[in-house]
Amino acid sequence: MSSYSDDYLDGNAAAGELSNLFAVDITAAEGLCSHCGTARPFAQAHLYMDGPGLVARCADCENVLLRLVKTRQRVLLDLRGMAYLSVNLT
Amino acid sequence: MEGATLLRRRVVWRVGTVVALRDETPRAKTITLDIPDWPGHLSGQHVDVRLTAPDGYSAVRSYSVASAANDEKRVELTVERLPDGEVSPYLTQELRVGDLLELRGPIGGWFVWRAQQTEPIQLVAGGSGIVPLMSMIRSRATARSAAPFRLLYSVREPEAVFYRDELQALSAQDPSVSITYAYTRATPKNWSRPAGRIDAALIAETVWPANVSPTCYLCGPTSFVETATGLLLAAGIGGDMIKTERFGPTGDRK
Repeated sequence: MSSYSDDYLDGNAAAGELSNLFAVDITAAEGLCSHCGTARPFAQAHLYMDGPGLVARCADCENVLLRLVKTRQRVLLDLRGMAYLSVNLT
Repeated sequence: MEGATLLRRRVVWRVGTVVALRDETPRAKTITLDIPDWPGHLSGQHVDVRLTAPDGYSAVRSYSVASAANDEKRVELTVERLPDGEVSPYLTQELRVGDLLELRGPIGGWFVWRAQQTEPIQLVAGGSGIVPLMSMIRSRATARSAAPFRLLYSVREPEAVFYRDELQALSAQDPSVSITYAYTRATPKNWSRPAGRIDAALIAETVWPANVSPTCYLCGPTSFVETATGLLLAAGIGGDMIKTERFGPTGDRK
């Protein structure tokens, strides 16, 4: 069914790494996939951690929502796969 | 001002002191940590543990909190030793009372149960996936919640069950907590169901039916969560009622 490996985790698993960058918990935030237009909590994304960085894919269409790569001095974050992130403040 | 509160909740690295170690199974140990600046956690959240070697090499792994949400500056983690693990063999075999451990958390605001939730709760655990679900069961008891809980706990064999006595006691004293064990490799003597993976028949017999709209929390290895999610969906439970936490097959939960 899926063209990618089944060896993925949930968006939850990126929460620790993302907490270095964001002041709020991103896993409960809703992200809109820029490819298929589905809005879901980031926690439901499929997370691939076996490469050199983190890759989160849309659970519906497998579009890349987020890429995060750490080097010794910098963190690179690519969010272009999400049209928006909606954060609940309550 | 809610936003301001959230903004202060940055996840930072903290240092905990190991105050107790307890064997759960031959391969799993519960580590109790005193963390003076612990801000409290919700059941279902995890922490990242960082080990640093003398040469500066460091490895980070995520472990679910096993203890109830409470005001204590103390958390329990249950860690299962994985043969090829980089971190879990140290945590389960080398760590001693009095040692310091570096950790970041609490982490994650999605896979959590809050005591304000009153709806029926279905927990589905695969192996060490029981850990965050145990935190929910303990939190329910601590908060004196009346939310009806059901746990379906898939586990290799009787010897691999975590928290057996406590689960037994909690369900014995409260009819609103029911527990079903599904053994995949070996069962106790005279067990009614032969060893095997969870299936549609077991789901139909033991899981909350879709018409009571249970919130479901599934935790286990990726393949287990995949199977269990499919069975719940097939039983008519809505995908938006199912929350999952997978951990990798190689993992030391990554």
